[in-house]
Amino acid sequence: MNWGHIVTVYCKEMKDSLRDRRTLLSMVVVPTLLMPLLIFAVSFLVKTTVQKAQAEATSLVLIGGEDSPGVVAGLKAAKNLRVIAADRDYRQMVSEKRVRLALEIPEGFEASLKEGSPKTVMLYHYEGEMKSGMGVDEVDRYLRLLREKTVESRLRDHGLSPDLIKPFEIQRQNVAPPEKVGGNLIGGLIPYLIIVLCFTGAMYPAIDLTAGEKERGTMETLLCSPVHRVNIVLGKFLTVMTASVATIAFTLVSTAGSLILAGSLLMGAGGGSGAALLPVIAPAGILGVFAMIIPVAMLFAAVLLTISLFAKSYKEAQTYVSPMMIVVLLPSLLGMLPGFELSAKTAVIPILNLTLVCKEMLSGVWNWSYIALIFGSTALYAAVAIVLCVKMFNREDVLFRE
Amino acid sequence: MIEAWELTKTYRDKKSIVTAVSDLSFTCQPGQIYGLLGANGAGKTTTLRMLATLLKPTGGSCRVGGYDPVIAPEKVRANVGFLAASTALYGRLTAREMVTYFGRLNGMTHAAIQARIDVLAGELGMHEFLDRRCGKLSTGMKQKTSIARTLIHDPAVMIFDEPTLGLDVMSARAIVTFVRACRDRGKTVIYSTHIMSEVEKLSDTIGIIHAGRLVAEGTRADLQVRFAESDMEEIFVKAIGGEVAVADALKEGMSP
Repeated sequence: MNWGHIVTVYCKEMKDSLRDRRTLLSMVVVPTLLMPLLIFAVSFLVKTTVQKAQAEATSLVLIGGEDSPGVVAGLKAAKNLRVIAADRDYRQMVSEKRVRLALEIPEGFEASLKEGSPKTVMLYHYEGEMKSGMGVDEVDRYLRLLREKTVESRLRDHGLSPDLIKPFEIQRQNVAPPEKVGGNLIGGLIPYLIIVLCFTGAMYPAIDLTAGEKERGTMETLLCSPVHRVNIVLGKFLTVMTASVATIAFTLVSTAGSLILAGSLLMGAGGGSGAALLPVIAPAGILGVFAMIIPVAMLFAAVLLTISLFAKSYKEAQTYVSPMMIVVLLPSLLGMLPGFELSAKTAVIPILNLTLVCKEMLSGVWNWSYIALIFGSTALYAAVAIVLCVKMFNREDVLFRE
Repeated sequence: MIEAWELTKTYRDKKSIVTAVSDLSFTCQPGQIYGLLGANGAGKTTTLRMLATLLKPTGGSCRVGGYDPVIAPEKVRANVGFLAASTALYGRLTAREMVTYFGRLNGMTHAAIQARIDVLAGELGMHEFLDRRCGKLSTGMKQKTSIARTLIHDPAVMIFDEPTLGLDVMSARAIVTFVRACRDRGKTVIYSTHIMSEVEKLSDTIGIIHAGRLVAEGTRADLQVRFAESDMEEIFVKAIGGEVAVADALKEGMSP
């Protein structure tokens, strides 16, 4: 091994790769622009549609209620309700989404409130329709309040305290720190995203540096130089790894930046529940994820180089490498399922172990023995893959495949 | 100097064993050009790739520039300049970066590389396109850059594998001139081609290779006497076994 040669090969490959539009696109442009665009577009769409639906007064038609003028007047006066005159069958109006729901006030309803004989108020809604569901909640709240007020006035009429029907209160309080909530919420998603990016970031340079060189005829030129094959492989390997890690770094920075920006721009003004959509993640967790991704990036770089070296052309390499994506995605998807927990067995399964440990680290759990086992086993797999790659580089039937 | 003793290369193709080169023995002295003449598929490229350490011989042995390619491949490559139609340039590097890269891979210092590039660019007329990317260069410019790449470390042995393949007349002529210049500087030169006129013009010794075997060897005058022909093409046809062999070669997909 000659570090001078490795660095020479590495510097040249980096320069060459950075001048390649495809590599640049997959390494810098896509991760930097795609994530912010996605985050902004999705959060903007979600926010505007939800807010619009929330801000709009609930439209409803009344059925009956002629003998309950007080109740009808109350409904009409409610700020968030908009009573619309029925111009056709109420079912049709709800189905056509002209109103969110229909409210049927039974005959003698107002009188029954005073007398005490219970009547049933019917709400006709459109199951599965978001606006109709929100309307039902709104009217339901209004009616519950009316019921509570009626009960209170009846109790007072009998000289009893309203507390009589509320023997105790129930309250909930969250004890999990915000970063743990965030870690659990998106802890499965972040490693998954990172694994995909780690792989795609390595894919194009790996193909370009092997099959691409064979196709362009520069591989033979390079092999004529007095550099030992190990140094060529390591130089190329480091380039692919740099591309892979850079892709993740660009994504993490741009994602974090756009999440913060999107949070303050979109949620800040609207206030309310918006902040809950923005999970808080411990910075140590992010650093931990980044450290754990290094051996995985090594593994991907070595495996991708080995596979694409076998191909004669760029196109052939793509055919070999594309199905690998599924092999990579499957364990990372498994890691998102609730049944899979970190154990001595799962800690040695590549990719799955990363997903599981990232989930833990992002929610603030640091199981050092497992972390060491995962780092060690993945580094070992990567080393085996590099040895395999060097072996492939020494096989003339691979390098000069006709 | 290049010496080969019963150099053999076989490889497995599906279930059969194919012999690409069989018992090839020859010597190429410093200050001389050895012309390896053969049809496509005769074994020229395999032979030269074995000399350049790109392929390992399966039998026999050779010494290139004083080293055995099997035992000390890096030392052999450090003493060899290998130029073939299949050795391309990095399209995204400039001509200067390309040559510098190979200087560095040959362990040269930055100052030595710059001085050498200056000399080579002057000799080859490369100054105007030194800082242009190789991918944008004309065929002739690319060829000059490739020559500079093979010469950056001033090797004692030059191996040319059909270097004029696909080049226009002017570029091919420049290559031929360059090969002669290499010989005149005392380098050991081996040159493979299937073009009769090139081998006639250049070679001090001609080796005719057919179906992996060296079927005839000698100076042009030697071969003319031996085959009682003055025309190189006729000598070649007789050497490989007459018109019957040509017809067989055509059937097998080789073209003389």
